[in-house]
Amino acid sequence: MTEATSLDQLKIGHRARIAAIDWASLGDSDASRLRHFGFDEGVAVEPLHLGPFGADPLAVRVGRMTVAIRRAHARAVQVIPEAA
Amino acid sequence: MSLPPLIAVVGNPNAGKSALFNALTGARQKVGNYPGVTVERHVGKMALPSGRAIELIDLPGAYGLDPTSPDEAVTRDVLLGKQQGERLPDALLVVVDASNLDNHLRFTLQLIELGLPMVVALNMVDLATRDGLELDAAKLEADLGVPVIETVAVRKRGIDALLGQLDKMLLAPRELRPGAGPSHDGFTLQRRARDIALGAIVRETPTRRLTHRLDGLLLHPVAGPLILAAILFVMFQAVFAWSAPPADALEGVTIATGNAIGNALAPGLFRSLIIDGVFAGVGAVIVFLPQIMILFLFILVLESTGYMVRAAFIMDRLMSHAGLSGRAFIPLLSSFACAVPGIMATRTIDDPKDRLTTILVAPLMTCSARLPVYTLIIGAFIPARSVLPGVGVQGLVMFGLYIAGVVGALVVALVLRRTVVKGGGGAFMMELPKYQMPRLTDIVLGLWQRAMIFLKRAGGIILVTTIILWAFASFPQAGPGQKQSDVSIAGHIADGIHVVVAPIGFNKDISLALLPAMAAREVAVAAIATVYSIDAGDETNLQPLEQKLAGRWSLATALAFLAWFVFAPQCISTIAVTRRETNGWKWPIFMVSYLFVLAYIAAGATYWTAVAFGLG
Repeated sequence: MTEATSLDQLKIGHRARIAAIDWASLGDSDASRLRHFGFDEGVAVEPLHLGPFGADPLAVRVGRMTVAIRRAHARAVQVIPEAA
Repeated sequence: MSLPPLIAVVGNPNAGKSALFNALTGARQKVGNYPGVTVERHVGKMALPSGRAIELIDLPGAYGLDPTSPDEAVTRDVLLGKQQGERLPDALLVVVDASNLDNHLRFTLQLIELGLPMVVALNMVDLATRDGLELDAAKLEADLGVPVIETVAVRKRGIDALLGQLDKMLLAPRELRPGAGPSHDGFTLQRRARDIALGAIVRETPTRRLTHRLDGLLLHPVAGPLILAAILFVMFQAVFAWSAPPADALEGVTIATGNAIGNALAPGLFRSLIIDGVFAGVGAVIVFLPQIMILFLFILVLESTGYMVRAAFIMDRLMSHAGLSGRAFIPLLSSFACAVPGIMATRTIDDPKDRLTTILVAPLMTCSARLPVYTLIIGAFIPARSVLPGVGVQGLVMFGLYIAGVVGALVVALVLRRTVVKGGGGAFMMELPKYQMPRLTDIVLGLWQRAMIFLKRAGGIILVTTIILWAFASFPQAGPGQKQSDVSIAGHIADGIHVVVAPIGFNKDISLALLPAMAAREVAVAAIATVYSIDAGDETNLQPLEQKLAGRWSLATALAFLAWFVFAPQCISTIAVTRRETNGWKWPIFMVSYLFVLAYIAAGATYWTAVAFGLG
């Protein structure tokens, strides 16, 4: 099994599964928006694109949806990369 | 007579809800506002196949019944029967995106728990097929326990089946399903939604999706910003170039109509009211209409294709330095044309505090109405010399004025985010929806609605204010040997203004021009011209205004006047639309006050610096 890391460290096109989310580090409304997007343990994620300035924000595929979130929020999402 | 049954169209953002609503109601819809909030209320009437009349409301897109934005709060309140000005819907038409079921079914499950009769439109099945996804609608229907109908709203597919189902539902004696209430927490629902979605999938062929390929180009670190810049360049060209002929034509028609009516009326106060008050006022408003329509044409197309969100994605990082989010980019950019459509475009910003900050700084973007003023003063006072081949001093000053506005806006945004509009924000979370071809009828409907909102709401206030301004300028009437501008209320107000603005180098003429400049900034030029035509004899009337100015104003005064215009005179349209969009007088008053203070300081600093350098 590969090392757990945070979503913002994951390379573009590398798939992973969400291991844990540090909900407490997110504000109430940010946390519930992430939940609405389907962020949850066991869900497949994959970073697809990076913002052109400072590689922020990130476009991430979560489940069947693509969402944009800032790097700071991606840091709260712990993932386990899938073996390539 | 009892009201027709109310059907609420409800679903996640990007589920194709509004396209379905438009397909059902067409042009028979009305746009209003929910009381107390700037959330649009779309309502339409239609007849079912049985002939039964129904009323449809298009509720704002939401991810669930636990709101994170004012829009979502309205959706929840309507569904719970708690929204002021709206009755509890009799049935729900739930729209879900066929290729995003795992996410959208979560909200559907919450809606099922409400216990209202409902039908699910499994929308955009064509796009799901394009992405290699094959679904079993019957299995989904069995698992959810409510009727499911496959639809492609943009091609009107499945609409008849949907209407038939609504008929059946409304005919049946209202079956009271147990309204269990929101008994499950979000995660349980989310997992159940994923299970049901998985169960409904017959086959899934992995395909490299079109959207992903397009994003590879449009969100490319180098190509992405360049493409965005190119699109914006075209948009700007269009707003400035395409709008001039229709704007001139509209102005011509207004003036011609005004004159025709004026000629039919006896000279006197009433005629003056109609011509100088009503027609001047209405004219000042409708000349903005072509710009607004062209700008919104671009915005609607960019929005409905899914590109707008990508533009926000690209700009988010840069905007975050000013405490704003990527969402603020397009509204601020639009404000270079005119702050009115710019402020109207802030409706796309979810976060209320981000939105308010964007509204408050939008007037600092140099709008096109300031151009005539800049052109006049620069032409009169700045020498037409070149510093470098192709780079003139006049152009540099003009550029500097634009930059001053942008820098001012960024600094003000930063300060506001730390003081009066503190909290919230700091987030940029958006769905990047699939790219789609925009549909002509949706665009036309959207444009029509924007135009109506602008004409009705802003127009009403502007009309009233221009009439007041006219009254100030016309009363009391000048006796023989007196100048109207001296004896009128406006003249006395100008005297009062002069006391305040004299320290920053403004003369009485400028004080007089500041008042009508409130109606529309470019009027300042006309006002100054009028003052000098009256004062000067006939022989000097032929002299161009620039030369007259150059003889009467010091350079320090001229520069101070330019600095003033970078920040201040709010036109009444902007104040009116700000009141409209912030739902009250508090923020427009704040905006006008802070801009006035900034303008005063900027003009004062410019004047005293210039005087110190011997330019007074």
